[in-house]
Amino acid sequence: MLVAVLSGFILAIFAPTIKRFLGYRAGWVLALLPASIFIYFLSLYDQVMTQRAVFELYEWVPTLGINLSFYLDGISLMFALLISGIGTFIMISSGGYLKGHVNQGRFFAFMLMFMASMLGVVLASNLIAIFFFWEMTSVTSFLLIGFDHLRKAARRAAFQALVVTGLGGLGMLGGFIILGVSVGNFELVEIMQFGTEIKDLDLYFVILVLVLLGAFTKSAQFPFHFWLPNAMEAPTPVSAFLHSATMVKAGVYLLMRMYPILGDTIEWSVILGTFGAFTLLSGTFIAIRQTDLKRMLAYTTMASLGLLVMLIGVGGEGAIEGAVLYLFAHSLFKGGLFTVAGTIDHEAGTRDITKLGGLRSKMPITFFAALIAALSMGGIIPLVGFIAKESMYHALLHGNNYTLILLAVAIIGNAFMFAIGFAVALKPMLGKLGDMPKAAHEAPIMLWIGALVLGICGLAAGFGITYLGSTLIHSAVSSINNENASTELHLWAGINMPLILSLFTMGLGAIIYMNYHRVRIFADDVLNWIGWGPDKGFDQFFAGLLAIAQWVTRNMQNGDLKTYMRYIFIMLALVIWVPMFIYGAFPSIDLTKLVTPTFYEAGILLMAVLGLYAVLVAKSRLTSIVSLGILGFSVALLFMLFGAPDLSFTQFMVETLSVVILALVMTRLKLDKSDRKYGLYAIISAIIATAVGTGMTLLLLRVMQTELDMSLSNYFTKYSAAIAHGHNIVNVILVDFRALDTLGEISVVMTTGIVVLALIRLKPKVDNNKDQNEDNLKGSVK
Amino acid sequence: MNTVILRTIAPALTALMILFSLFVLLRGHNEPGGGFIGGLIAASAMALFGIASGVQAVRRALYFHPVSLTGFGVLMAAASGIPSYVNKVPFLSGIWWKIPLGNGEYFDLSTPMIFDIGVWFVVVGAITAITLTLEEVE
Repeated sequence: MLVAVLSGFILAIFAPTIKRFLGYRAGWVLALLPASIFIYFLSLYDQVMTQRAVFELYEWVPTLGINLSFYLDGISLMFALLISGIGTFIMISSGGYLKGHVNQGRFFAFMLMFMASMLGVVLASNLIAIFFFWEMTSVTSFLLIGFDHLRKAARRAAFQALVVTGLGGLGMLGGFIILGVSVGNFELVEIMQFGTEIKDLDLYFVILVLVLLGAFTKSAQFPFHFWLPNAMEAPTPVSAFLHSATMVKAGVYLLMRMYPILGDTIEWSVILGTFGAFTLLSGTFIAIRQTDLKRMLAYTTMASLGLLVMLIGVGGEGAIEGAVLYLFAHSLFKGGLFTVAGTIDHEAGTRDITKLGGLRSKMPITFFAALIAALSMGGIIPLVGFIAKESMYHALLHGNNYTLILLAVAIIGNAFMFAIGFAVALKPMLGKLGDMPKAAHEAPIMLWIGALVLGICGLAAGFGITYLGSTLIHSAVSSINNENASTELHLWAGINMPLILSLFTMGLGAIIYMNYHRVRIFADDVLNWIGWGPDKGFDQFFAGLLAIAQWVTRNMQNGDLKTYMRYIFIMLALVIWVPMFIYGAFPSIDLTKLVTPTFYEAGILLMAVLGLYAVLVAKSRLTSIVSLGILGFSVALLFMLFGAPDLSFTQFMVETLSVVILALVMTRLKLDKSDRKYGLYAIISAIIATAVGTGMTLLLLRVMQTELDMSLSNYFTKYSAAIAHGHNIVNVILVDFRALDTLGEISVVMTTGIVVLALIRLKPKVDNNKDQNEDNLKGSVK
Repeated sequence: MNTVILRTIAPALTALMILFSLFVLLRGHNEPGGGFIGGLIAASAMALFGIASGVQAVRRALYFHPVSLTGFGVLMAAASGIPSYVNKVPFLSGIWWKIPLGNGEYFDLSTPMIFDIGVWFVVVGAITAITLTLEEVE
């Protein structure tokens, strides 16, 4: 399975090259990878059915319990088959759809990376590995949505999707870590064995909310749904793949995976049920207002995801079975419909449903593919969508009053989706020829093959439902419920209550379809009346965030070095004084313990004080700097006297160099030569300086009075010569005992050097330094 | 600072300082010194040479760009940890080899020494890069 996941990433590296040699036909070749992954998973089909799961483990960071482990059970097998199967046709249609695009090779690469990440999400068994692949899908979908990066709308949509799903991903990571640490295990398989123990945890609710944040953002649940319709800026193959069967289903997958761990509690049912139902209703309601084919589909996808979340919230074998079936059906028909929308767009030059019409005879194959997908979306026998709807009605009927309300919601939602599905499939096809930018004719095979095959799959799944029900669906339901399910499905279950409700749904849907125009205007009016939505809120939030950031920057980073120093030293004074006051940790000063310094010690101290005095009274900045050097050298001498030759040595060199560098900087800054110190500025500076100085002194005195832990010093003294063969303990610590620290420090030195270099060379207003810079460049090249 | 005295004496002084810096670097393991201090000495030698004879002279003498020296230093220090993998000890553990010099004496080569030389390069490169660029504008 590791190969199946990683091969996508590896092939992605070569995809642009393959495209260069084969042109758009590379789509056929690159489709071989998902196709072979599909066949690989198909070959594991029987094994999964008999053993319930296949497990593979590769160690990653074993000390933290993080592994690259893969777990293939019914539900992940179903996802893997959908991802690789639909992926195959998406690769083909990407070839045709973006034929002649300059960056098509890049597009193939992104698509393959996305597919590999998505496979990783559904196969990974370690919580951290799931998070890793989860974030990879966010990043690759960012690249795909923003593929037309020259358009502002595409960039905004990509950014929005990344921010929203990234936020959710971080929440999910938090939830995973709390969960993993609470039970002491990050392996999904083992966490599943815990049972109700996790639901009794004090932090259960926190874990639940954080994990749901991840699932809801990814699966576009209200109020995080807005990124999904905006993501329609992406080329259509992206929508057909990411926004039907894969990316958005990752959240649903997560909920299904978490169901045995976190599910079946009151919190779970209420949150999922409410959010799911609301998302379903609002999704269909906004969808009917749209006139763009893709946006219509996007909002119905949002609605379908709401339906799935709602069903998982209800829980129990029946509802889960309905959810699994609907997920399967939805992936097939929505992928197909998106491909159809892309084909129509490609051929007719528009996606506006009010302009399209009469394409039936021009594009017969596309028409057939659209029709078959719409039949499944509308839940009409004998397509698999029909069985999914029957199954969910059956489950919701046999619940309590709460599920009956959800049943009503599901019926309304399904009726709307019925109408919208047929509107997408029929409106561009029937009627008289519309007013379209291009003279449409049947698309090349690369474009329609995917929609056609997916549609036929939906039909075949309907007829073969008895077989699927006893194998894949059964296995998936069993693994979600973590117990052996009693799934038994038939295409025709006789005349019963669900069938009557189903007919009622279709009737309602037909009425909506007949009055499509009126309903659309009504929805439009209502939504215009509401006016505000999370999409606007997103922009407002970021505008506000930027305003705050600008305000902070203006006040904190005003470009004046004096201001920076003032902030830094005020903070330093606070850091020293506040804890001293809070803990009353002042040093006890015992004047009797003072020792009379020898004459040379006194001499050095006098020199330091004189240096300091010179700094304060010096008229020019240069004198101040040199005087500061005097102070520094005096300190170095003190180090020498009190037995720290290394420190003293370094202090000497550092002092010398800082005087040199400061003097050089002075000449460059073209500052006022004199160093005026008077007025309010001098008083404030004096107060801050005194506060920092006395604070530091008291702190050091206090440190001297505490009991020092000498074990480290003793260790180094004892072993420096013995095991590191060096008598200079300071040096041995630097280059041997703590060499890794030093490695970090010298990396910092290097970075600082480069940054300082860049800062010096950075001249905002170039006057006559241009030649100079070019000389420097030549120098560096040489 | 174009005084004749400084210009005359600077090359000799620089050479002496660099020699001293190498001496400090190599004796560092047992007596005060080491890569950091040595590097500072060499860097001040470069700064002095630059002030006396001009930046171009220093750049010619250095041959490599100072930043390259820094990068080389970090690389060298990091590379001194590679033998740890061969010996299967934690990264950057000190490893010592005795290399016979032929006359019955041995030269103690060790990874901490290579590491310290790397530190020397980093310090020399980074500070020289800064001082030279600052000197250049005058």
